[in-house]
Amino acid sequence: MNAILALEDGTWFAGVSVGAPGETSGEVVFNTSMTGYQEVLTDPSYAGQIVTMTTPQIGNYGVAAADVESDAPKVAGFVIRDQSPIASNWRAQGTLRDYLATNDIVAIGDIDTRALTRRLRSAGVMRGIIATGAADPQELVERARAVPQMEGMDLVQEVSCRDAYDFSLTLADTVAAASFAMTPERPASRVLKVAAYDYGIKTNILRRLVAHGCQVRVFPATAPAADLLAWEPDGIFLSNGPGDPAAVGYAIDNVKALVAAETPMFGICLGHQLLALGLGASTYKLKFGHRGGNHPVKFLPSGAIEITSQNHGFAVDPDTLPAGTEMTHKNLYDGTCEGIRHTSKPVFSVQYHPEASPGPHDADYLFRQFVDLMESH
Amino acid sequence: MPRRTDLKRILVIGSGPIVIGQACEFDYSGTQAIKALRDEGLEVILVNSNPATIMTDPELADRTYVEPLTVDVVERIIAREKPDAILPTVGGQTALNLAIALHEAGVLERHGVTLIGASIEAIHVAEDRQLFHDAMIEIGLDVPKSRVVKTMAEGLEAVEVTGFPAIIRPSFTLGGVGGGIAYNVEEFREICGRGLELSPVHEVLIEESVIGWKEYELEVMRDVADNFVVICSIENIDPMGVHTGDSITVAPALTLTDKEYQKMRDAGRKIIRRVGVETGGSNIQFAFNPADGRMIVIEMNPRVSRSSALASKATGFPIAKIAAKLALGYHLDEIPNDITRLTPASFEPTIDYVVVKIPRWNFEKFPQADRTLTTQMKSVGEAMSIGRTFKEAFLKGIRSLELGKEGRLFGAGQPAGAPTEHATPDEVDAGLRRRLSIPTDRRMWAVFEALERGWTTERIHDLTKIDPWFLEQFAELVELRRTAALVGLRDMSADLLRTLKRAGFGDEELAHILQVNPSAVREKRSEFGLRAAYKRIDTCAAEFESFTPYMYGTFETDCEAAPTGAKKVVILGSGPNRIGQGVEFDYCCCHAVFGFRKDGLETIMINCNPETVSTDYDTADRLYFEPLTFEDVMAIIEREREGNHDVSVVVQFGGQTPLKLALPLQDAGVTIVGTSPDSIDLAEDRKRFSQLLWDLGIPQPSSGTAVSRVEARDAAGKIGFPVVVRPSYVLGGRAMAIVYDMASLDRYMASAVDVSNDRPILIDRFLEHAKELDVDCVADQTGAVVIGGIMEHIEEAGIHSGDSSCVVPPTGMSERHLALLRDYTRRIARALKVVGLMNVQYALKDDEIFVLEVNPRASRTIPYLAKATGVPLAQVAARVMMGKTLADLGLTADLTPAGVFVKSPVFPFIRFPGVDTILGPEMKSTGEVMGGAGDFGHAFVKAMLGAGQRLPEQGTVCLSVNNDDKPYVVPIAKGLAEMGFSVTATRGTAVYLRTHGIECGVVYKVNEGRPNLADEIVNRRIQLVVNTPLGLESFFDDKAVRRAAMMAGIPCITTMTGGMAAVDAIRALKGRELNVCSLQEYYAAAALAK
Repeated sequence: MNAILALEDGTWFAGVSVGAPGETSGEVVFNTSMTGYQEVLTDPSYAGQIVTMTTPQIGNYGVAAADVESDAPKVAGFVIRDQSPIASNWRAQGTLRDYLATNDIVAIGDIDTRALTRRLRSAGVMRGIIATGAADPQELVERARAVPQMEGMDLVQEVSCRDAYDFSLTLADTVAAASFAMTPERPASRVLKVAAYDYGIKTNILRRLVAHGCQVRVFPATAPAADLLAWEPDGIFLSNGPGDPAAVGYAIDNVKALVAAETPMFGICLGHQLLALGLGASTYKLKFGHRGGNHPVKFLPSGAIEITSQNHGFAVDPDTLPAGTEMTHKNLYDGTCEGIRHTSKPVFSVQYHPEASPGPHDADYLFRQFVDLMESH
Repeated sequence: MPRRTDLKRILVIGSGPIVIGQACEFDYSGTQAIKALRDEGLEVILVNSNPATIMTDPELADRTYVEPLTVDVVERIIAREKPDAILPTVGGQTALNLAIALHEAGVLERHGVTLIGASIEAIHVAEDRQLFHDAMIEIGLDVPKSRVVKTMAEGLEAVEVTGFPAIIRPSFTLGGVGGGIAYNVEEFREICGRGLELSPVHEVLIEESVIGWKEYELEVMRDVADNFVVICSIENIDPMGVHTGDSITVAPALTLTDKEYQKMRDAGRKIIRRVGVETGGSNIQFAFNPADGRMIVIEMNPRVSRSSALASKATGFPIAKIAAKLALGYHLDEIPNDITRLTPASFEPTIDYVVVKIPRWNFEKFPQADRTLTTQMKSVGEAMSIGRTFKEAFLKGIRSLELGKEGRLFGAGQPAGAPTEHATPDEVDAGLRRRLSIPTDRRMWAVFEALERGWTTERIHDLTKIDPWFLEQFAELVELRRTAALVGLRDMSADLLRTLKRAGFGDEELAHILQVNPSAVREKRSEFGLRAAYKRIDTCAAEFESFTPYMYGTFETDCEAAPTGAKKVVILGSGPNRIGQGVEFDYCCCHAVFGFRKDGLETIMINCNPETVSTDYDTADRLYFEPLTFEDVMAIIEREREGNHDVSVVVQFGGQTPLKLALPLQDAGVTIVGTSPDSIDLAEDRKRFSQLLWDLGIPQPSSGTAVSRVEARDAAGKIGFPVVVRPSYVLGGRAMAIVYDMASLDRYMASAVDVSNDRPILIDRFLEHAKELDVDCVADQTGAVVIGGIMEHIEEAGIHSGDSSCVVPPTGMSERHLALLRDYTRRIARALKVVGLMNVQYALKDDEIFVLEVNPRASRTIPYLAKATGVPLAQVAARVMMGKTLADLGLTADLTPAGVFVKSPVFPFIRFPGVDTILGPEMKSTGEVMGGAGDFGHAFVKAMLGAGQRLPEQGTVCLSVNNDDKPYVVPIAKGLAEMGFSVTATRGTAVYLRTHGIECGVVYKVNEGRPNLADEIVNRRIQLVVNTPLGLESFFDDKAVRRAAMMAGIPCITTMTGGMAAVDAIRALKGRELNVCSLQEYYAAAALAK
């Protein structure tokens, strides 16, 4: 079946449908990871976005239960160059095509994804629509222009859990961990209670916290700070998530309250942006964001370089960091702020993804740092 | 951190001659490293025995020693140059081994020199099996299970652990003799028992077999601050059991999940840290059990490698260059990424295309060689191809190999299951099963044959263990072929043709499938507006702008070529290395680029060989990494014309590959610069060329052509035996033979392939015992001709010129003959209206000079002559082709060499058990070395040393020559005896020597009893062998002797002239020890003498 991807700037691409039939819209972005399409599909931070994979051969190793970052795919749509008809891997439980169809993800293949990527790189991310079957491209372009902008959009509530729950590893997690998980540099010396805000949390963050000896209770994004503190946690975790950080005022308010409570706190991605906003800094939208697994980030105190997993469209403006807050990590591609810490309060955060999945494991030490902070506090 | 300030002068060790497993990738990496070091203001000293390299160009390093890569020679260089450090990691295993040897001989300590890039300790851990094994266990990584046992009982216990199949490796037997693979207990008892018996210490290693596991490589880099990046992952399509150099490989890895890939990446970081490679690149190999994902570490190379060259080309990340900078103490983030300019080198390239590398073998040159692919590499070159999908890259790769009919994947085209002549379906099945399960150079063709026959991918997977994902891709190609054939060209829709082109089918492939002319496919394509677009290789999947026009073609909509408005010239490269067409031609292509650049032209390189300097994005202004076929080249020219219609093409520098395209390109309206394609054709067309020589009054051996047995008999009858026979249009003497009688001639004609009226078999009189000479010259449009050099062959005519040692200036030639050679060369060049280079081969027999062959193009000897004279002839030729005159370039007189320089070939025989080492008219050498000195003897000694042959200064020589050669053996025996050698000979030779007053012992021939000559060689009682073939009946004998000598590393000389040269050389060696001298010093002294 044919499919069309139309962009708000009037360009459109004709390809074939490689997922569920239908139509979908969202902000069109690109990801440069060469592996990990299933982790990308299920990362809740991609809610509202149509994700283009720049690597051309997708679906080769199929899908597996242990490779998900949430209960189901969260992307608004998926764009690829060439889809594998088969799944070739000892862990594969099905093909990507079936997975997309079953989970109702509209996807387009066989288009010039590099041309699309170059367009997004030079013009910035933009709104788009994928439609399968017969469709008029011009009409799709018009409708793409009517898709709501990402700025000011609260997508967090769409992907956050409804009620608080205690996280536990699934059987698939346990099996996969035996094969693949890194041994932490230093697990906690006692069980540490971590209260995690779920703004769209990736499961591997939870898995890494558990691996480091934490017991994690996950709270909905809208839960008042007092609920978390009432559980008497050793630390607070602020998760990744989709959309514009400035649009989730309730979360920022809660972060302010938690900073004031001086409980050790660690934020990743959206959590990092919320912490910065809570501390009084501001955020802005990047032209085409950072999405991939190869960005070099420098840990400023030591000069060490990490190759990082990235997925964000907004960033913290380091020039707006208030006194008492410093930039700890810098992106070596474009100099953007990749991490901050408070000099007197036990809070820190990073823009990128130390839990990886997909991506390199170079930044796993941040979980140990969080453990250190909780233990010393 | 700024770079180390304690380093001022660095010695770079090159990799020496091209051999199987070590090719021009080290010219690429060495050149990059030298440039990088000099950019940093360091003084660079280079030693490399291979003159056919860009790295040994005198402008590149501060001082260039084209000297043998031996401990004593390099110590002399160190003593003279006093470098602060040695960089041993860009010259392959040769340089690494030499560094270890220098350390062990105390040279490093004696001269206070350190190693940079890799320490002795790190090299030891990486290279020593046991140390590496233990290190891996220590850091918690998995390795193949193994145990050393001394009894059968222990063996049976061990095999419980390893499981079946189990590998049995006896300790201390040469070349793994007595080992094997056991698939069950019975086999195990047998092989283990034999191994225990054969091992001198009665010990065998029982190792878990990982044959058939998925094989991966990581190219990783680390800086002194412990920053670590993966440059590229490579997946081997041929699973474990086939050397990675012989595997079809793909980048990036395509069948690993992120979980598996990251596990491998984590291991890579641990390994490079544990082995202790402080700075630079390493290659690490892993195997994955496809059944359960178990990952084991296979090995690690603590240096740049063939794979790192591939990874550099595949990603655009220049590993060797960055490694050199890291060795100076820079951190990764302090080095910019050339391609994006704005981002640092401390990142991991991500690619949005698929790269396929396919090896190129030369088994047709070694008919007796075993074509089975094992853990020992056998290929001589490789092609790399890039496409947006695996299918596209794969088909482009296959056509890059230039295999002609042999390369057709869909050759048979017959319906599935059709019985082959004489074979029952069962037999056909069994044959195919065998060809699938035993890997050879032809296995991929067997996979396609099986798919065409309707075999399932499961069945093929069971036999080949190739990952099902790849097999599925192949099956899709076969399905597309079927659809295309069914529809036919006339009814083909735009959609279907687009799908086929996007899947990588070339016009020629399609024409073959559709049974039409390629031009018909081309027309259909233009009717549908289907043409290749070009994408950039940018290290970052388009995330950042790329400033480097490094491109590949694909059938997509968006073209990033952005051709400029400059006047441009396209240089066609030489494609994958093969015997007869190697690094020499890449050298020439690079120099063409340098020359054109000097004259302000935009240079555009097209090539598909990832090992080369020409495919470094730094070499030409624009680089298209594409197959060298008419379709691919024409598409690029059409694209480039969009910027400026003035696009010329040069075909002279890349050997036969571009030459084959000259006429089709010209017919398509492309301007070919330099000597006209018609002149090239004239020189190749035997009849036209004979007429020309006749008109010029220049003698040639009588000759004829034939397309049938009858014609051949007729021609040979007129000419008289012996005759040289060969096909038209070949390089490296492919299928060339010397024939002594009618019966052999009939046999030759019966087996000759590709004979047609356009391409007849050429038959020439063979001039026995003639002296052969090569002359290279360059000519301009005004008819001026400058002779680059007259090279005298050491072996007589009949040995392929590429396999013959030669010397400049000639040593034993009369002035009259030299003048004649110059005169003939000039007149031929003018008659052919040569603009650019021309090579002529002559024979001198009985005081008469004959022209054997004329090639109006760059020859294999151009780089050697350039090094000997200090004049970059290929560069001069390029500039002349674009309108400069030789006078403009200051070349008004014939060139003279700056010393005495001997070029010697190196051979791959040691890789091919069972193959005779005798030389003939078909070229078999893979590479060459050069030795220079003030006199012939010393130059020859150095050339021999460079080629791995240490001539003895004393000991016993054994002579065994045929009747024709006996008169010539006397002076050799005399000379050696005078120098104190004791002389022995086989019976016939001994009788002859004694009648000529030379005392000598007698030794048995191989078939006469024992201990025979071969035994004496093995027992090291003989230090030098001179052996010429005694005729067919004793062929086996001689072969055994020559192989024994080769295995024992004893020089075995197979020609009388070679024997005389050796006598001169030994005399020189005994007279005065070897000195070393840089090219720059030779040139300075020669300039002073003028």
